[in-house]
Amino acid sequence: MKPIILAGAMLAALCATAQAQTIKLANVAELSGGGATVGTNWKNGIDLAIEEVNAKGGILGRKIEVTHADSQSNPGVARAQVQKALDGEPYVLLGPGYSGSVKVTAPLAAEAGIAQIMGGEAAELTQAGNKFLFRTSFGQQSSMPKVAKYMAEELKAKSVAVVWVNNDFGKGGRDVILKEFAKRNVKVVADLSTEAGQADFAADVSKVKAAAPDAVFVYVNEEESARILKELKRQGVTVPLMGETTLIGQKVVELAGDAANGARGHVGLTTDAPVDLVKAFRERFVKKYNYVPDHNGLKGYLSIYMIKAATEKMGKVDSKGVADALHGLTISAAKEPGILMDVTFDQNGDIDRQGFLVEIVNGKQVVKEVLPKLN
Amino acid sequence: MSNLLDLLIAGLATGAIYALVAVGFTLLWQTSQTINFAQGEFVMLPAFLMLAAMHVGAPFWLAILLGILLSLILLGLGFKLLLVDPMLRHGVLPLAIATMALAIGLKEAVKQFFSAEASPFPSIIPAGDISILGRTVSLQSIGVLVLAIAVVVALTTLLNRSSIGHQMQAAAQNPTVARIIGVPVERMILLTFLINAFLVAIASLLITPIYLAKFSSGEVLGQAAFIAAIVGGFNQVRGAIAGGLLIGVVDNLAAAYVSTQYRAAVPMILLIAIILFRPQGLMGRAEERTV
Repeated sequence: MKPIILAGAMLAALCATAQAQTIKLANVAELSGGGATVGTNWKNGIDLAIEEVNAKGGILGRKIEVTHADSQSNPGVARAQVQKALDGEPYVLLGPGYSGSVKVTAPLAAEAGIAQIMGGEAAELTQAGNKFLFRTSFGQQSSMPKVAKYMAEELKAKSVAVVWVNNDFGKGGRDVILKEFAKRNVKVVADLSTEAGQADFAADVSKVKAAAPDAVFVYVNEEESARILKELKRQGVTVPLMGETTLIGQKVVELAGDAANGARGHVGLTTDAPVDLVKAFRERFVKKYNYVPDHNGLKGYLSIYMIKAATEKMGKVDSKGVADALHGLTISAAKEPGILMDVTFDQNGDIDRQGFLVEIVNGKQVVKEVLPKLN
Repeated sequence: MSNLLDLLIAGLATGAIYALVAVGFTLLWQTSQTINFAQGEFVMLPAFLMLAAMHVGAPFWLAILLGILLSLILLGLGFKLLLVDPMLRHGVLPLAIATMALAIGLKEAVKQFFSAEASPFPSIIPAGDISILGRTVSLQSIGVLVLAIAVVVALTTLLNRSSIGHQMQAAAQNPTVARIIGVPVERMILLTFLINAFLVAIASLLITPIYLAKFSSGEVLGQAAFIAAIVGGFNQVRGAIAGGLLIGVVDNLAAAYVSTQYRAAVPMILLIAIILFRPQGLMGRAEERTV
């Protein structure tokens, strides 16, 4: 009996050693509920990047492990899941994707001193002085001025209708763009809030039609984007439709079908970007998951390479040092192809890199313009 | 004013779907005193059954037939035999709780086997517009409204004008007396469950192209139809129809003329008002209980 116990103890010790050598990440994302598209893409991007990094020997010789938890697209659940994840002392916290969920979970990660790499785009998230929060895409303060400029100068819109989702993400974007429209003397003739998960947009579109704007700015989540695009088409709205990222995602195109054609938007990330590394990423993703990811797939993927670059900069696996290493860090795509495009993080955790202006043509995203990195 | 016509038609189209689902609530309540809290999920599931059929290569029309057939088997026969009959003998409350569990089970199963993400769903009504009173109205809104009303009219005709309908009503009103006069009560109750399954399958077919196929889409529909059934009168089929149409129209008009921000509150306010001032619903009849 004794040899068996001894062997068991040795095996347990070996397993413990193997576990200690892995880098444990915790992901909390919208795997169900209204943000399921966001969270599923984000998760798949993470899994793909981890598979690649591990296949090449991991980070500083250590393999990566990740646990995925479902926030159910609910900030309350997200907070509970993040608390649970932090109890496991992860190296870095990944997610959530919804700004409202990021807002309530960021203080927990900051208190634990753990870097949180997330997908939220609400302007306020990185303006609260949290030194542990990092974006994977542009915040609204970077993207909305570009959108407003395009609508005023390229579309020559003198009046606009703004349709936004009544949550932190939507309200944040609406507040920023209204200020930008005011700066450019663009009149807002309809300012319509909608609900997350809203199914029927008939009344909202009727109000848009009644306001007779020169263009419509649509800022709602992906599924609702598809529904409102279909309704706009059904009610014969023909003025230009402009959005940001969530209006022209691949999933939206799939769900809205023909109704998505003609929709335009600014995107920080798109798999249709004329960038070789992004194209190669898209091929790998499609091969693994059999569908084209939206920007959230790219965000999740990049989060892993951000961790890799920051850790390699430190030269050691030090959870408490990741945030410091990321601040001010420029990651060059030439040196770290997984980051896909040159990227710089400022002291707030905000990101700077190329952006794209896209239009949906025949069911596909077509990049009309590449907007350069600011710094 | 012209805008009002658009809103009314869109509201009636959505309301007609709510009515189809709400009628199911009242039918089951009348025949077996069952409140099916999985009714919304019953609308969600047929769309996925049809999508599954299409995934294995069935053309759309065949997928519709298979979807309806499977709905009759699973949501009609299976629901009655496997859940309602065994649970009803323990009382209405355990049965209601069991339907809540069923709702969760159906949602999770669809999420597990299909995806948590929404999927597009083809429409049986062609895209395009028609002109009504000088206004361009979407064919889809009109088609949904016409089809839903046609189904409801067929149902009410069956209930009020046919021998089977009379037997169903007799079984619902007083099963003991109905048995004495030779009505096959059990068969009539089963028929009610099958009719409910048919109604939800039709509702699913009509609403999913607009709402998209998603595991959680039954939540909104189930809640709206439940409110519609209470507002119209839980024990009257015509009440459920009126309630459904009313909720659809009120929701749209409230969003357009009151506030889009508080539109979700309007049906709730209507519900509270009805419960306070006319608990039996607009067209329902007061039920008395002897103790």
